[in-house]
Amino acid sequence: MAYSDKVIDHYTHPRNVGTLDKSKNSVGTGLVGAPECGDVMRLQIEVDENNVITDAKFKTFGCGSAIASSSLATEWLKGKSIDDAMKIDNMDIVEELALPPVKIHCSVLAEDAIKAAINDYRVKNGMEALVSDKVHH
Amino acid sequence: MNLPIYLDNNATTPMDPRVLDAMLPYFTNKFGNAASRNHPFGWVAEEAVDYAREQVAKLIGASEKEIIFTSGATESDNLGIKGVFEMYQEKGNHIITCTTEHKAVLDTCKHLEKLGARVTYLPVQSDGLLDLALLEQHMTSETILVCVMYGNNEIGVIQPVKEIAAIAHKFGALFMTDATQAVGKVPVDVIKDGIDILAMTAHKMYGPKGVGALYVRRKNPRVKVTAQMDGGGHERGMRSGTLNVPGIVGFGKACEICLQEMESEAKRLSALRDKLEASLTQLEESYVNGNVAHRLPHVANISFKYVEGEGLMMAMKDLAVSSGSACTSASLEPSYVLKSLGLSDDLAHSSIRFGLGRFTTEEEVDYAIEVTKKAVTHLRDLSPLWEMFKEGIDLDSIEWAEH
Repeated sequence: MAYSDKVIDHYTHPRNVGTLDKSKNSVGTGLVGAPECGDVMRLQIEVDENNVITDAKFKTFGCGSAIASSSLATEWLKGKSIDDAMKIDNMDIVEELALPPVKIHCSVLAEDAIKAAINDYRVKNGMEALVSDKVHH
Repeated sequence: MNLPIYLDNNATTPMDPRVLDAMLPYFTNKFGNAASRNHPFGWVAEEAVDYAREQVAKLIGASEKEIIFTSGATESDNLGIKGVFEMYQEKGNHIITCTTEHKAVLDTCKHLEKLGARVTYLPVQSDGLLDLALLEQHMTSETILVCVMYGNNEIGVIQPVKEIAAIAHKFGALFMTDATQAVGKVPVDVIKDGIDILAMTAHKMYGPKGVGALYVRRKNPRVKVTAQMDGGGHERGMRSGTLNVPGIVGFGKACEICLQEMESEAKRLSALRDKLEASLTQLEESYVNGNVAHRLPHVANISFKYVEGEGLMMAMKDLAVSSGSACTSASLEPSYVLKSLGLSDDLAHSSIRFGLGRFTTEEEVDYAIEVTKKAVTHLRDLSPLWEMFKEGIDLDSIEWAEH
């Protein structure tokens, strides 16, 4: 199976690889997936007092599409409010990276990671966690 | 050195140019049907098939009358197992095989279960070898066939076929082996090894695709299999269908070359394989899968913990290898062979199989070592699991969200 140019670009030059200090209240961390399933994503956001995401970092164990999906997600997150970030849909990622059907789960995982990171931040800062109405399997 | 480098010789091998040379006349001038008994075109083809049959038989210590040509190892596996089940139904319905077999064996057995066979799928030990005592425990008077592969396609482990055959025979059962990966790579002798039925294919030994053989013993005991393909009664009635003459000629030539060069080739390839393994296991948290004493000379299967195989292959640019990760399959299940060794799913997802071959050079192996080391390091820098491991976090203590 051939990868799209955008997947190869993100895979070869992943954006925003790294780790934020998860003990800080301004940092939200999402860790999703499982080693047994062959992919684990950790996505972190740093949020300012206006609830705008100022920084985003990721690390991913997974295939090229999983790495590219999380790399793309960090790019999209920076500068967004946490409310807008919550609206990122996995199908946007599928479209941007031209993921084939067998790789859609990678984009789902990235969306889950975004939501998990935002909710971690929300809970840390006294807000309620938001429940997604989307059901993923 | 030309890129990309082919290190997937357990999937298929390139054809040896000497094999192609032998085949070419049989596509054009010598195009006859080997079953045409009444004119020279047929005689020429038949003569070529007879000669190839001798070449194939010689490689495995058989007589030419014991070789049935097929379309490949999958057909041979089907014919051997289904053919025995049908032929020996009066004696019993029990078949024993093991969990690390190729799908051509496992799925054939599953099919027979629907038709009334009782099949025992024996687990293997953590090094991939069958436990002989366990085999003996499962043998009954109803057992008609023990089917265990010679060399494994994923990890290269060589089963103790001689001992397995002896146990099968002690209980009056036949012993069949899928020797697709072993024939031409290591000495296989149907007499010494006590093999009654053997499946093999040309394209894993530098011959053409689309041609294989089933060895069926004719003496001590005389074994019979019921045909699974009906028609003109070719191959002593066991496999009808016009013979693939150019393919068979190529298969014969491939066997002849293997017989001549196997010993020196095995020595050369195992030295290269050992070099590859020694270099790559210098990387932290990398493990060789399968028994390292009893195995084929040209295969290395290594798990690089905390990186995922498919992602790793993408970073191993210009290397054609394969992975136990099945990230692209619908089931997302990693290699069942590696799981049979007791590897956890994450280690199975992290495995890469390197398959060296006749045309692999030392320069290519050196290049592969460098590329693989870089790729593993690159992906570990990206891996949250590697970071956690380095921080001393026990990954088993984390509650992972299954998805």
